Amino acid sequence: MEWLALSPDEWTAVRLSIKVSIWATIVALPFGVAIAFLLARKRFWGKSIVNGIVHLPLILPPVVTGYLLLITFGRRGPVGSLLGEYFGIVFSFRWTGAALACGIMAFPLMVRAIRLSIEAVDRRLEAAAGTLGASPAWVFATVTVPLILPGVIAGMILAFAKAMGEFGATITFVSNIPGETQTLPSAIYTFTQVPGGDLGALRLTLVSIAIAMAALVASEMLARRVSRRLDIA
Amino acid sequence: MSLSVAVSHRLGSFSIDAAFESSGRLTALFGPSGSGKTSLVNMIGGLIRPERGRIAADGTTFVDTQARLWLPAHRRRIGYVFQDARLFPHLTVRQNLGYGRFFTPRRERYADFDGVVDMLGIGHLLDRRPSTLSGGEKQRVAIGRALIASPKIMLMDEPLAALDEARKSEILPYIERLRDETRIPIVYVSHSAAEVARLATDVVALSAGRVVAAGPAGQVIGSITGAAIDPTDVGALIAFEVLGHDPTYDLSLLRSASGEWRVPRIDAEPGARFRALVRARDVTLATEAPRGLSALNVLAVTITGIGAAEGAQALVETESGADRIVARVTRQSIDGLGLKPGVRVYAIVKAISFDRGGVPSAAPRS
Repeated sequence: MEWLALSPDEWTAVRLSIKVSIWATIVALPFGVAIAFLLARKRFWGKSIVNGIVHLPLILPPVVTGYLLLITFGRRGPVGSLLGEYFGIVFSFRWTGAALACGIMAFPLMVRAIRLSIEAVDRRLEAAAGTLGASPAWVFATVTVPLILPGVIAGMILAFAKAMGEFGATITFVSNIPGETQTLPSAIYTFTQVPGGDLGALRLTLVSIAIAMAALVASEMLARRVSRRLDIA
Repeated sequence: MSLSVAVSHRLGSFSIDAAFESSGRLTALFGPSGSGKTSLVNMIGGLIRPERGRIAADGTTFVDTQARLWLPAHRRRIGYVFQDARLFPHLTVRQNLGYGRFFTPRRERYADFDGVVDMLGIGHLLDRRPSTLSGGEKQRVAIGRALIASPKIMLMDEPLAALDEARKSEILPYIERLRDETRIPIVYVSHSAAEVARLATDVVALSAGRVVAAGPAGQVIGSITGAAIDPTDVGALIAFEVLGHDPTYDLSLLRSASGEWRVPRIDAEPGARFRALVRARDVTLATEAPRGLSALNVLAVTITGIGAAEGAQALVETESGADRIVARVTRQSIDGLGLKPGVRVYAIVKAISFDRGGVPSAAPRS
């Protein structure tokens, strides 16, 4: 079984991938909830445009998304140069860039799951909370959020899984630098490009499967717990 | 406490144009489905914003479109009991009950949690989840949740409509206690004349978005025009006192201003007073004292008015002592018997509606 042991470089790729995915998921979450709420509840001019832009990463070839990120968030890109100059935030060829790419690719999945759960909320319950003295912000925090929690969890797990598997946009935007931007899929890809890399590719593939399964089981357990609490199940 | 409403609002092809004032302890908004009662109570509650008009309760202006004033629902300090209880599924009964209290300023919290729980008999449900409660239990918890928020006014939108008869009679006594034991004025929406007869101190009768009658319950219900309510529910409200019971025939002896009545035994102590509805369809008129009749209650009455024709039938209003009794008879009988105002006839009453299953309790002191 010795062949199963991961080399230090492989461990680095695994850790980096998990770090990138967690950051992508957590940073995307507030935006995801806000956009999902906007799309589910509000009527405004240009709603279908917003909806289209949110879903674009799902439809575009990932390489195109990665290239768009490169020209906007790259060191010379209009947004990238501003962020770098004034806030010291650099995306290009850093793990933060990988997280940005993963987050953007995972965003539509997250928004979809949360939006569906917001649309399923019984608005009469929110009205009832209002008559009991809760301001709109309190209603959101004490009624809406608990009721959409299963959808939010589902959205986060989906986003995490998507981020773990993201390859095309990441490698286009931030390349494939071991220890900085070489995530799990990039590492597997690299193994398949060198002679004798099969075993390494297989090891990382098994790790991928294990992480994906763990995420799935965790989400099932969480969702069951939450829905038992809500008496939905 | 006074409630003053004067609004006009358009909802699609339906329009509401209603104005009334009430200082009663339980004001019933009464009318058939689609008469605008729920829309009206939603305007009082801040769930619908009227296009024009003014609503004020107890000196607080809720909305005044002329003054561009709008108080959002959460700042009105109302207790709203919905037809569907609308309990929060993610909270326990205890947490549901405490929800509104959290938002009530500390010095304005007058409701006593344990007292309300006792009054509604929901102490054994506190740790349960709403989904495990029966319809009647849910509605009691919903009433408790509204009360514990220490509201300045209670709004109840057909709180019994979704319940079966047994559950209704389970809740009615609690609403009566609410009316008689707390100082909170109640606005109660209903399309059931029997419910209104039993509960209301004041009635606002609505039809097609307009107020057709408003005032103390006795006056309004006794003179309601057929259009205002479900035709089967038209009738007159009579105040009774229980004189005693007749165990041989299982009857109860009652007294009203027009005389003595015998009815199937009701569960009330001698001396108890209550009001009940005598439905127009349960009253027959005779020009001579009937003989050999199975009906027990025959009253000498004087016709005071004849309503507009409704198909083959019309309503005949009569009076006996201070009681008003309304009969629904065919127009052929009206012509054939020569019924007209001033004629003395006999009213044969086949039944008194006690709001099925509802045990009468003390009459409201209006």
